[in-house]
Amino acid sequence: MRKSIIKLENVWKTYTMGNVEVNALQGLNLEVKEGEFLAIMGPSGSGKSTAVNMIGCLDVPTKGRILLDAHDISKLGESELAQIRGRKIGFIFQQFNLIPTLTALENVALPIVFQSVDRETRRKRSTELLEIVELGDRMEHKPTELSGGQQQRVAIARALANNPEVILADEPTGNLDSSTGETVMSFLQKLNRKEGKTIILVTHDKNVATHADRIEFLKDGKIIKSLNRKGG
Amino acid sequence: MLKDYFIYSVRNLKNRGLRSWLTMIGIFIGIAAVVSLIGLGEGLRITVMSQFGFLGPDVLGVQASGLAFAGPPGTGVVEPLSDEIADKIRKVNGVEASFNRYIESVTVEFNDRQEIGISGSVPEGKNRKIFEAMVNLKAEEGRLLKDSDTKKVVLGNNFKDNDDFGKGIRVGDKVQINGIDFEAVGILEKKGSFIFDNVVLMNERTMFDVIGVKKEEVDVVAVKVDNINNVNQVKKNIDKLLRKERDVKEGEENFQVQSPQQTLEALNSTLFAVQLFVYIIAAISLAVGGIGIMNNMYTSVLERTKEIGVMKSIGAKNSAIFTIFFVESGLLGMVGGIIGIILGMIFAFGLSAAGRVFLGSELIQASVSLFLIFGALLFSFTLGTAFGLLPAYQASKLNPVDSLRSVK
Repeated sequence: MRKSIIKLENVWKTYTMGNVEVNALQGLNLEVKEGEFLAIMGPSGSGKSTAVNMIGCLDVPTKGRILLDAHDISKLGESELAQIRGRKIGFIFQQFNLIPTLTALENVALPIVFQSVDRETRRKRSTELLEIVELGDRMEHKPTELSGGQQQRVAIARALANNPEVILADEPTGNLDSSTGETVMSFLQKLNRKEGKTIILVTHDKNVATHADRIEFLKDGKIIKSLNRKGG
Repeated sequence: MLKDYFIYSVRNLKNRGLRSWLTMIGIFIGIAAVVSLIGLGEGLRITVMSQFGFLGPDVLGVQASGLAFAGPPGTGVVEPLSDEIADKIRKVNGVEASFNRYIESVTVEFNDRQEIGISGSVPEGKNRKIFEAMVNLKAEEGRLLKDSDTKKVVLGNNFKDNDDFGKGIRVGDKVQINGIDFEAVGILEKKGSFIFDNVVLMNERTMFDVIGVKKEEVDVVAVKVDNINNVNQVKKNIDKLLRKERDVKEGEENFQVQSPQQTLEALNSTLFAVQLFVYIIAAISLAVGGIGIMNNMYTSVLERTKEIGVMKSIGAKNSAIFTIFFVESGLLGMVGGIIGIILGMIFAFGLSAAGRVFLGSELIQASVSLFLIFGALLFSFTLGTAFGLLPAYQASKLNPVDSLRSVK
């Protein structure tokens, strides 16, 4: 049996907006196993983004526990969370979110810089990754000199920089046309199948979600339906 | 890692191009003001020191003052010192030696060209050695004067390559002083003192007999005090004696008893007042510059909120974000400082060159020491970081979720 890599146990997140308290997550339970390709779907306001923040260790819950590799991270400080994020989770954003002043190669190397790895190792690793996403000839280009699809592939390479166990992709095709989006998805699928990476995909697009093995439907901060496409 | 943050910071500053330069204006005006004025002030101090510096701290100069017309020190006053008074000064308690100095404007003619020069007397007998030691007199070419010399002069170093005569005067050359033939027997070593480098030295007796200076009208009495600790007491004694002899009340003296040290102190306090004024202006400029840096950094934090969120999401700790912004503000300060130092040096050395060319004076000198350069550099970097501290702290404390949601 595959080990559990992320586990959310009765997670609540409450935001205070003025005098009103809003429960973005209301007792969310979710378990992701190693090597899984999971899609989280839901309409806007369903708590998708908040769930992503919790899974990605960007935020801590108001109540409940989050276990990453069986370690409770819900009480950790910001800098410890940052280190865990850097090592264990690779982020892919809808807006690509590359650093505009850095070249593709430097963008890919940035997460490794934050882990204090030496320059030579960084360079080698970043070059390899850019070659994997077929951008070996665009390494010295700045993000503005790349197309949307190319930028997202740089972002994928960046997400892989520290060889994390989990790739967290938040609407990765949201800003791309369908064929480019398809290319990006096939990259992610390849990462899951060939490299055994755990992939958590957040989307509202059914076609995109079909690449996943399992789809969890979120509404009002809770899972309302699960669909196991592998039939497990 | 710091190197990577440094590169990243430089990129960001370059990216903000014009805004970065505008931010640095305050810094470089302030630093330029500090560097140029300290440089010029220090140069002036060195120049003045070299004018007086050859005189020891145990030397006093006594001269008549009052209604003085233009001319060498002690000359042209209504009531000059008499040689009788000079004799009495010699007997004042604590005076080891004293001798009279006569200073006279003369015409110097050489190579069919005439210039006005200042001749100074050299005392004779045992006082000659004391005088030579007192002002550290050495001949670069030829020799110094001897008691037996008449119609012989020793010239200041500037005569050696003075263009005013068409060619320099050499040892053995004939020069005419006040129309009388003299022989130059020596050229003095360069002193860096305007007076000594342009002086025409001749024996005291020559001055009376050939030039016609009156023995009774002493221009300066040079006094060597027996013990350096007694300088003030001896000065008081001489003051008292002269008040009595010249029949003047305290506070109405028509004479001066000055030590080189006092002159330097007076100069230093004047310089300090000028420098203080400039420091205040520079401090205001630097404060404005610093606030400019702070403003720039706050704007930058706002503009790059999303970037900060992204960096945090890919593993940047708070300390890393802090360092990036901290280095950036320090760099703004330091680059501003470098430009300020260069501008300040250009200004200071330009002014001293202009002084040489247009005024023919060596008095405006610039002296920019390595200490000043590195001090200014360190200061501007510190200033940048100090004003960047709060923005950098704010950046480091941003919540990654909120930052990522930021539109920019």
